[in-house]
Amino acid sequence: MADPQLLSKVSALVGRQYGRVYAWDEVNAPMIRQWCEIMGVDNPLYTDPAAALASVHEGLIAPPAMLQVWTLEGFHANNYPPGSTDENPYEVLKLFEQHGYHSVVAVNSELSFTRPLRLGEKLYYTTRLESVGDEKTTGLGTGFFVTLVMSHFVEKPGGDEPVGELLFRVFKFRPANPQAPAPDAPVKATRPLPGISDDTRFFWEGCAKGQLLIQRCTSCATLRHPPAPVCIGCHSFDWDTVQASGRGTLYSFVVMHYPVVAPFEHPNPIGLVELEEGVRLIAGLVGVDTSQLQIGQALQVEFQTFDEQQTLPLFRPVAAEAAWTSN
Amino acid sequence: MTDSSFSGRAAIVGLGATEFSKNSGRTELRLALEATLGALKDAGIDPSEVEGFSSYSVDKVPEYEIARLLGCKDVKFFSQVPHGGGAACGPVMHAAMAVATGVAKVVVVYRAMNERSWYRFGTGTYGFASTPIFENVNYGWYMPHGFHTPAAWVGMFAQRYMHTYGATSEDFGRVAVAVRDFAATNPAAFFHGKPITLEEHQASRWICEPLHLLDCCQESDGAVAMVITSAERARDLPNKPVVIKAGSQGITSGQQIMTSFYRDDITGLPEMGVVARELYRQSGLAPDDLQTAVIYDHFTPFVLPQLEEFGLVPRGEAKEFIRAGHHARGGKLPINTHGGQLGEAYIHGMNGVAEAVRQVRGSAVNQVDDVRNVLVTAGTGVPTSGLILGAA
Repeated sequence: MADPQLLSKVSALVGRQYGRVYAWDEVNAPMIRQWCEIMGVDNPLYTDPAAALASVHEGLIAPPAMLQVWTLEGFHANNYPPGSTDENPYEVLKLFEQHGYHSVVAVNSELSFTRPLRLGEKLYYTTRLESVGDEKTTGLGTGFFVTLVMSHFVEKPGGDEPVGELLFRVFKFRPANPQAPAPDAPVKATRPLPGISDDTRFFWEGCAKGQLLIQRCTSCATLRHPPAPVCIGCHSFDWDTVQASGRGTLYSFVVMHYPVVAPFEHPNPIGLVELEEGVRLIAGLVGVDTSQLQIGQALQVEFQTFDEQQTLPLFRPVAAEAAWTSN
Repeated sequence: MTDSSFSGRAAIVGLGATEFSKNSGRTELRLALEATLGALKDAGIDPSEVEGFSSYSVDKVPEYEIARLLGCKDVKFFSQVPHGGGAACGPVMHAAMAVATGVAKVVVVYRAMNERSWYRFGTGTYGFASTPIFENVNYGWYMPHGFHTPAAWVGMFAQRYMHTYGATSEDFGRVAVAVRDFAATNPAAFFHGKPITLEEHQASRWICEPLHLLDCCQESDGAVAMVITSAERARDLPNKPVVIKAGSQGITSGQQIMTSFYRDDITGLPEMGVVARELYRQSGLAPDDLQTAVIYDHFTPFVLPQLEEFGLVPRGEAKEFIRAGHHARGGKLPINTHGGQLGEAYIHGMNGVAEAVRQVRGSAVNQVDDVRNVLVTAGTGVPTSGLILGAA
């Protein structure tokens, strides 16, 4: 939620008009010619006096898209012609920066034209802070859409004449994930690591060696999974392990579609697998057509190491003739 | 009923709630206070009289702050019930026991959450870490495989239930369609005016097969609170007393939280069976004595085995009950007449307890005729709880 103090400072600025910024030069043929050359524009209205004279405009005009060009500051930053305002129409962005919205992206630049400009005309513009939207969250982050309108005029003895406007909108925001790495150094999402306790460490160490180990009570020989420090049957604390064959059947399953969470691939089929030794465990299913999964189908364990840090048991369907069956 | 039972000795006398939304726009503390003050006003009881509190352990609003803001001076009982939505009925049971034993004369029960706007239970991302505390070790069997949402855990039971009893996705859909029909006529519901058809249920996208989107409840912001005092005092208060006839929590063999996959059979909810037997024992009531029920419906599939655990239908036959529409408007046992968590809001089941109160009072928007006893259940797949509320 945005700081109410920030919001009140911002709303006090909305609607504010900033003073004039003048053009260095009047609208002139050399700049038009160079602009057209660079932009690849060959419309004779801009550069061929004869053709322009014969047109509806009855003379050369400047390309409308050059509107902003005439009043640019020039090669050096903030080098505006004498008489221009020294107010900063972007002062509202500074306010946002003070509250942690450091990033900015331009989202709209819309030119509108009242009439064509002719050689010799001298421009200036004024800026109005048109609006600041409510706080919004986009894919980039959380922040504000700020809209400025620059109104351009031609100086005229009988009263200055509006010639066009530039609507300029930026999104001033706090990035969604400030810790996000630069795009050239992506950090790969990794699978969550299990909590491992003294009661369960054997299982994960077994996986790392490609063995599926089941805990066994050495007092009454009952197998148990998930592992626990004591036997449910006889409450003995003594146990060892047996290595499972890795054969089992699908006792139940789901196919996960939503939400998509990295690094998992979706759809993500997960099985509740009943091992032939009689205990069940949850594991990812591999090599399956999710529409063909059947409770009771035969599976075989295999091990896969993820992110170079954990090895998980996964189960793959096996052909019926090779399958172990429960009855 | 024995002399030491709390059955019939305490009553819910006040009900308060905020609106239910996707973004309350205010703190959970404020929501809790709005609901609590509303409930006390409804009860006609001064806030300074509150002597006890009970809520969920997952609720993030501490009772001492509510007590401080209410101006309570003599709080002698406070408790929190664990296991998420499995708590839903537990606080009312605790309050009834505190009142029946004379420890506290007035107890406030509450649940306040900005579950949708501040945090979400369904994102598949959790703070599980590798420190070997029990929860991290336990979820270590699931998280590395990406098996990490409540919908997925429920789906694992549901798939086996379907396989065993021949229930179908359409049967789950019929649960959703019926509660959305109730929600459509409940102005407090998110889905007020928005009923669905079975075809829409079937066409809704997969969240986790076998669960479609419309099998899953919403995520919500909001708060519900209620006031419990003695049945004796309740007679002198403005509202029709809603007597707590029975309350129980339940844990049984092979119990885990959402992952009790290692029991011999995973098609039932045996912890709910524990609750069911205890509720009937305390109240002396039988399934036929219930006129309506609020059956926890964070996901549709678990509604079916709950009906079975309570003996409302024989084992495995909930689908026939639902296909016949007995659970729907005008049916033999309408359930979730507020629209359930699928249709009204997911306030972790506390809004379901509120609906049971309104049904007993006779003030529900989808009022069932001649309600004498209402069953309420709490979160499924976890250690759970239940209540039977009724007229004095």
